[in-house]
Order: sequence, then C-alpha cells, then structure tokens
Amino acid sequence: MIKSTGSALLTHANGLHARPAIKLTKLAKSFVANVRVALATDGPWTDVKSIARVMAMKTPSHVMLFFEAEGDDAHGAVEALVGLVNSDFPSGDESESRKRRPATQR
Amino acid sequence: MIEAALRLHGTPACTGLARGPLHILDSDPTQGGAPMSAPSRPDSAQPHDTNRESQSLRRALTEASAGLVELRGATSANDARSIVEFQLAMLDDEVLSAPAFALIEHGVQAVAAWRIAMNAHLEDYATGGEYFRARAADVRDLRDRVLRGLSGVALANVPSGSIVVADDLPPSRFLEIPWVGGGIALFEGSATSHVAMLARARGIPMIVDVARAHLGSPGDALLDAENGVLIVSPDAESVARFERRQRARATARARDRTYLEAPAFTSTGERVLVQLNVAERGELDSIEPEHCDGIGLVRTEFTLRTLTALRDEQRQYARYAEIVRWAKGRPVTFRTLDAGADKPIAGYTLEAETNAYLGVRGVRLSLLHPDILATQLRALARAAALGPVKIMVPMVTQPFELEAVRVSLDTSVRALRDAGIACGNPQLGMMVEVPAAALTLDLFDADFFSIGSNDLIPFLTASRRDRDRLPTLTDPLQPAVLRIVAAIVAQARSRDVEVSLCGDMASEGRYLPAILHAGVRTISVAPAALAGVKATLARLRASAGG
Repeated sequence: MIKSTGSALLTHANGLHARPAIKLTKLAKSFVANVRVALATDGPWTDVKSIARVMAMKTPSHVMLFFEAEGDDAHGAVEALVGLVNSDFPSGDESESRKRRPATQR
Repeated sequence: MIEAALRLHGTPACTGLARGPLHILDSDPTQGGAPMSAPSRPDSAQPHDTNRESQSLRRALTEASAGLVELRGATSANDARSIVEFQLAMLDDEVLSAPAFALIEHGVQAVAAWRIAMNAHLEDYATGGEYFRARAADVRDLRDRVLRGLSGVALANVPSGSIVVADDLPPSRFLEIPWVGGGIALFEGSATSHVAMLARARGIPMIVDVARAHLGSPGDALLDAENGVLIVSPDAESVARFERRQRARATARARDRTYLEAPAFTSTGERVLVQLNVAERGELDSIEPEHCDGIGLVRTEFTLRTLTALRDEQRQYARYAEIVRWAKGRPVTFRTLDAGADKPIAGYTLEAETNAYLGVRGVRLSLLHPDILATQLRALARAAALGPVKIMVPMVTQPFELEAVRVSLDTSVRALRDAGIACGNPQLGMMVEVPAAALTLDLFDADFFSIGSNDLIPFLTASRRDRDRLPTLTDPLQPAVLRIVAAIVAQARSRDVEVSLCGDMASEGRYLPAILHAGVRTISVAPAALAGVKATLARLRASAGG
C-alpha cells in the first residue's frame, strides 16, 4: 500500500470554513486513496472526504494542516490537497481547479 | 377593538422601515408550535417498522436535496449560493445521516432519529468561534428542512410584505421568502450572522436581539430598523406618521443611489474623492469598489480584540489582504491600533485610567508595546505587496511619535526584504486629531494627513466625547472647528501633502458644504452613507449651477 504525508499552513481568513472545506472534500473525493487530515502529526485524524467531519474540526486560521493518504494515488492526493491549501483555495470553476491542480502543484 | 401598542426594542442589523402583517415563524416544525395538517409519522402507539422509517428518512433526504438544488438554481447572489452549496454537500455526506439510520435500526422513529443525530452534530458547532457558531444556523436549517419532509408539513408560505418574527432565521428560509417589502425581527440572532449579511445586501430592514414578549394575536406591525424598535398593534396616528417616514425614505434612497456610479465634484468642478471607513471586509459586501475612491480608514482595533490576535501576524495579514484585494488597486488606509479609552484590550491597555480619553491610547500605547506595533507593521507591509496600502498613526501629538513608528516600519520592511518575503513600502501618515499637532503640521514628516474630527472636536472644545450633554459645544459647524479644519488643509497644501477628513461629520450631508468650504477634497464615510453623501455632493453642485 502506497502511503504519503504532507502539510500546509492554513491562512484562509475565518479558517477552514464552508467554502474551503467543500473544495477540500471535493478534491479529496477525486482520489481513490483514503485521505486524512489532522492539526497535529499525532492526530486525531479526520476523513477529508466527509464535509461534516471536516467542518466539525472547526479549524481556525493560521494553523498547520497535516495530511496523510493511503492508496494507489496517495502521493497525488497529498500533493493536490497541500497545493490547494497553499494556494489559499482560489475561487473559480470547481471542475477546472480539480482538473488543473493535481498536475501543476509543486 | 382597542389593543395597546406594544413596543419591543432590539438592535438594528440592517437599517430601514417596514410595515406589514406579523408573521411568526417556528423553526423546528415537529417540535410543538406549528400546526401539523396531516402528520404522516406514526404516533408512539403504533408498532415501529424499521424498514418504513428508513425509507421515509431516505425519501426526506432526497426531497431536501432536490429542494436545495432548485433553490441554488434560483439564487444568484454569491453568498447565498455558497450557503446552499454547503448544505447540499452536508446532505450528501453519509457521515451526517449514518447515526440517524443506526438509531432507526435500534427502534427509534425517523423524526426523532434525525433530530437526535443532527442535534449531536450541532452541539459541536457551539464552541468554535463566531464563524462556526454562525454555521450552526445553516445546519439547523438543514435539520428542519428534512424534518418538514418527514412530517409532511409544507413550508408555510410567508406572504410578501410580512414582518417576519422568529427566534432566528436560517439563510435558506430567508431565501425562500419573497422579499417585496417586509422586514425581520429576531429574538436571538446577531448583526454579524449570515442572514444579517443577506438582509443588508438586499436592504431588508432587520433588528436582532429583540426583547422577548408574547405577541398575542398577529396583526399589523411597524418595524423601525433605524432606531431598533418593533411596534405591534400600532394606533392609526403612529401608522400615518410611519408611512410618511417610509415614503420620504424610499424617495430619498432611490434618488441617492442614482449618484453612486459617477465620481463626485465640487460646484467649481474640482474632483472630490469619497472613500470608506470600515472595520472589516464584511462591511463591503454590498458595495462595488468602483463606486468609491478607496478606503480612507480601516479601524484595525475592531478586529484585534485580544493579545493573541495582536501577536498573530499571519491572521492580521489575512484580514488586511482581503480588504486590499477588494479595493482592486484603489488606495487602502489602515490605521494602526487605536486602543484605549472606550476600546480596551485585556493585557494591552492600561487598567482604570480616570480620564481615559486623554490618557495612554493610540500611538501612545503602541510605543509602550513596540513588539506588537512591529507585528502589525509587518502584516501591513506584506499586505502592501497586493495593492496601494497607506498606514495612518492615531493620536499623534508630537513629531517624535511619528518618527518612532517610521523607524519601526523601516526596520520591518528591511527585515521582510532580507527574508525574501513579499512586501510593499507603504506611505506613513497620521491622524490629525490633537490640537497640538494640528497647529504644527510643518514639524511632522508625514506622507499624508487625515483629520479625525471625532476626537479633534472634543479636544478642541474641552467637551467629553462619551456623553451627549454638551451638544452645542460639540457642534461641528462652530467657527473654531471650521477654522482649525481650514488651517490643517492650508498647512498640508502649502507643503503639498495629501489631506483628508475621516471623521463621522463627513457622513452627514448637512456638514458637507462647510467641509468643502474649508478646502477638504477627500472625505471618508460610513459604507451605508456612501450613496447619500455622493447624492448630496451632486445636488450641491447642481444647485450652484456647476
């Protein structure tokens, strides 16, 4: 099983609120790997594909988000999620950003 | 029938006047209150059918989804759409519904199961800062939408023009109401909630935190969201008076808005720049950047209320950046922390000063906390990489104060550059609100001046600002005020330094002629006053034949 980890600083004003959380879960769902997020390297870990769970984290701005993924496309998933957070959840067409982001980030 | 009028006081969340029939909304349709025409759920005496309960929950979820998709199609406003998007995503998430289905498997009825599961989720939102508490309203709304489907209660139609009274009003419920006239009075709620934002965007008069009372038989009501009063069962005379106010307001507002797009000029054709005073990005939601000439004053202390926030450069940067981005290249003037007096911050401002307005506040406090000042200046210098940022120092009395801030700013910019962090080189100017500074502007090395009339007037006239007992002495139109304003403008002009006026007096049309006469050509006003001020300027010009 392929595993991958990564982290990114959340700078979005208001923290991980509805709009960025939806972007994050949608992006996570486009990968087959199981993807989890936490606010510390030792967890607790949350399923990124669940908007309800991600929102329940109530993540404020300016905290570190740690990602880990398990599955065939684990590397791509972590890279894409880290890229989304680092680029501060750019607005624009959802499907566009999903297509583009995994390929171009870092 | 004689029924005494009932006056309930609240806090204005969106100013305006509305008259109409009271419409009292219950939130959770299965929880008492609302009459249920045809309850389809089995009562507790009937045997529990796990399959049927699961199916009806599944059906209610599908219906709720379909309803939201329809609502999304009919909604064009960005903020409103994002709320509906959020609810759809939540509804699509099995994590949310799984506990409800599990409860049904254990013999709980669908209605109770859904409510228990959602309430458990809602409790999580109660502790999580203002933003997440506000999101609770969206989740509660989602809960109630599904409950309505389960209990077969059609959404009671709110006739347009109603004064909607409720504990709180969820955004999706707001969007389903045909808002042609009408208003909102909430017993709970807050002026910073999403629904208040939506109300402001559409100009629906709204008051929150209304004193709770039994409203008796629903009848007509007057909502005075200018003063924060709901008047139930008003007498004929009050109604007539109210209608006159409404007509006058509607005519005036409509006329004012026609002046928003055009730039403002004096009667002799000189350009007048009209900028905005804000505390945060949210206040700009209903305004087009093209309709103003930038932001003349960002009151940073309103979003920095704790010592933690003051030390958090990244959070400050994020807040400043979103205002600079909004302005699309127009100048944004940030005032450094103006804490003290009526704006205390625990652990930062001094305790128990006897005459705090004349005490250690504004730049005087900043110089006592150089590290906190440096943090703010770094955040501002970084925001300056995104657009023209100006930094304005409050309460400057003598030149050394501005110099100390300049040294700190220069150090911050140099450190950022050395570290390879993107930053700009913001202009540094000062508020002119202390008479000692107003009389000696030539001694200050400022890139710009901005007249802070709110403090200048009480300082000049030795009158308290926090009490309303000396209205004659604090009149902005008295000769001493107009002369000192003119003197400030003249000193600035002679040295070719920009000067503006950002006090509240600029937001009031009746003071504008005197302000222009004193030579001021840049003013900064409250967002809600923008249309009125531009209209007044245009009328002054027209009446002078300019």
